[in-house]
Amino acid sequence: MATGAVTAQGAGTQESVDQGKRDFLYIATAAFGAVGAVAAIAPFINQLAPDEETIAAGAPIEVDLAPIAEGQIMHVVWRSKPIFVRHLTQKEVEESKSADWHEMIDPAPEQARVKDGHDQWLVVIGICTHLGCIPLDKEGPYGGWKCPCHGSLYDPLGRVRHGPAPANLAVPPYAFLSDTKIRVG
Amino acid sequence: MSGQSTYVPKNALAKWFEARLPIGGLMHSSFIAYPTPRNLNYMWTFGGILSFMLGAQILTGIVLAMHYTPESSLAFNSVEHIMRDVNGGWLLRYLHLNGASLFFAAAYIHTARGLYYGSYKSPREVLWLLGIIILLLMMATAFMGYVLPWGQMSFWGATVITNLFSAIPIVGDTIVTYLWGGYAVGNPTLNRFYSLHYLLPFVIAGVVALHVWALHVAGQNNPTGIDVKSSKDTVPFTPYATVKDALGLVVFLLVYCWFVFYEPNILGDADNYIQANPLKTPPHIVPEWYFLPFYAILRSMPDIFFIPAKLAGVMAMFGAILMLALVPWLDTSRVRSARFRPLYRPFFWVLILVCIGLGYIGAKEVTPGRIVVGQILTAYYYVHFLVILPLLGLIETPNDMPNSISESVLGGNATAVPAGAHAAPERKG
Ligand code: HEM
Ligand code: FES
Repeated sequence: MATGAVTAQGAGTQESVDQGKRDFLYIATAAFGAVGAVAAIAPFINQLAPDEETIAAGAPIEVDLAPIAEGQIMHVVWRSKPIFVRHLTQKEVEESKSADWHEMIDPAPEQARVKDGHDQWLVVIGICTHLGCIPLDKEGPYGGWKCPCHGSLYDPLGRVRHGPAPANLAVPPYAFLSDTKIRVG
Repeated sequence: MSGQSTYVPKNALAKWFEARLPIGGLMHSSFIAYPTPRNLNYMWTFGGILSFMLGAQILTGIVLAMHYTPESSLAFNSVEHIMRDVNGGWLLRYLHLNGASLFFAAAYIHTARGLYYGSYKSPREVLWLLGIIILLLMMATAFMGYVLPWGQMSFWGATVITNLFSAIPIVGDTIVTYLWGGYAVGNPTLNRFYSLHYLLPFVIAGVVALHVWALHVAGQNNPTGIDVKSSKDTVPFTPYATVKDALGLVVFLLVYCWFVFYEPNILGDADNYIQANPLKTPPHIVPEWYFLPFYAILRSMPDIFFIPAKLAGVMAMFGAILMLALVPWLDTSRVRSARFRPLYRPFFWVLILVCIGLGYIGAKEVTPGRIVVGQILTAYYYVHFLVILPLLGLIETPNDMPNSISESVLGGNATAVPAGAHAAPERKG
């Protein structure tokens, strides 16, 4: 009978299920689901990033160097971070040039810390590279900075001379617009 | 939650309800008829105390939230507003503030109790792990809560702790920016911390429910560490455990109230009554006392081979909690209670002293001498878990143990006393 044949045929196909095809379907479904899950999570992670307002407020700033006397350090704010602008004395420049930088924690020669032809001006982000405290001006044996949190010591060029900080004070992107004006950012 | 209920609803309404949602039976079998070992000492009252403190923090917190403003230019003043203008605001805030401290004190005692009596051993591993998860959640909650008043310590504590994540190679800096929602800790950070500070206690409550569930499946441990063998070893939860828990709680609340009414700020830091200044780090940053041992471990780490000190510190700090999570598998002894472990017992107390020592180092300013002490204590902490604990189980000869809980309480003539006839005089552990 026709119906009997159909049943027999149906049973027959069930026994010869194409397992490879099934696996493919499972994997394809799971992969599709996983992509969907990631796509759904993405906006929840993305909203954590700095928003447009914060980014806009982080636009470059201009700093007038004229009022900063030799030996002085001025603090300005860029992207909610303190920026130290330091007018180095001749003595500090000489000493920084002669210091043996090869053995430092984060080796950097004098030229890498200042701009060509402006070696009396140091511009760094005033945030300790250990865990983010703000180092104190002209404290510590190197005459640069000392971090109040865990005691890192920096020299006048912001190079770390004593840990736990692993790196020198970061140099932000900046350029000289004239001899007495810089733009940070 | 375990065993069948002997609860019989008394009136028709209760019967009707019980047939549809058997919550009365659940409560009855969990908190009234539930058999508890008859020899529990006061160390076992801290579970109830912790549950109470979670409730107290949620209650005072929700009320504080009605007066608090989570905006970086207003937050500090809104806390002062709570202190000065809101009726009884000072009381609510001091309850919440000291409540956090007392909550941690209870959690640490509760955990130490588990370590001493071997409560983490089979079949209670999952129960123990749930406890460690609660501890981690409590730390996250308290850390974010401490940021809310937006004082100097709030701000710089948040800065230092979030910067920990910058130690992670490659993605570290991005993670930190995503935590802050800006280029430094600021208003977006305060807002998200507030949201999470509100949420996490309820997550804790959920994990506590699992913790209690696991407890009622495995049954309570007891000062002898011997399994319950017959009904002679137990007494019903109510009235025996309920009354004992209540007395423990009342004494605990006396201490809590002493802090709240006599020394509400002694556990805090005066710098946190100065509004946050993102451009000036206070001269000496310390976390709250309950984080000090971990802070000491963080600061103690030197460079280790290719791992820079900063990353090593972060790893060692989280590793310290991981050690606790691994205890069920690090301890090779089959005897649970330190009572019968002559070698483990002194090492347990040394570990407690080491933790207190780490706390002391964490509270002090860094000097070269203190760094060395911190490193020795940190090393010992790890040696305790990774070396001493596995070895002790192999070399130690346990003391003779009683045959049962009732024998340990009543002496040899346990059988002569009808079970639960009177509360047996406990042995204090
Ligand atoms: C696990 C439970 C909790 C712990 C351990 C905890 C801990 C803390 C801590 C340490 C502070 C800082 C207090 C200060 O220095 O002023 C705080 C503040 C705060 N908490 Fe909680 N909290 C908990 C639950 C809650 C809950 C459920 C809420 C509900 C919304 C809440 C709302 C607040 C508010 C509004 C503040 C800021 C006011 C203030 O600083 O006094 N907390 N919390
Ligand atoms: S943050 Fe500066 S030394 Fe740690």
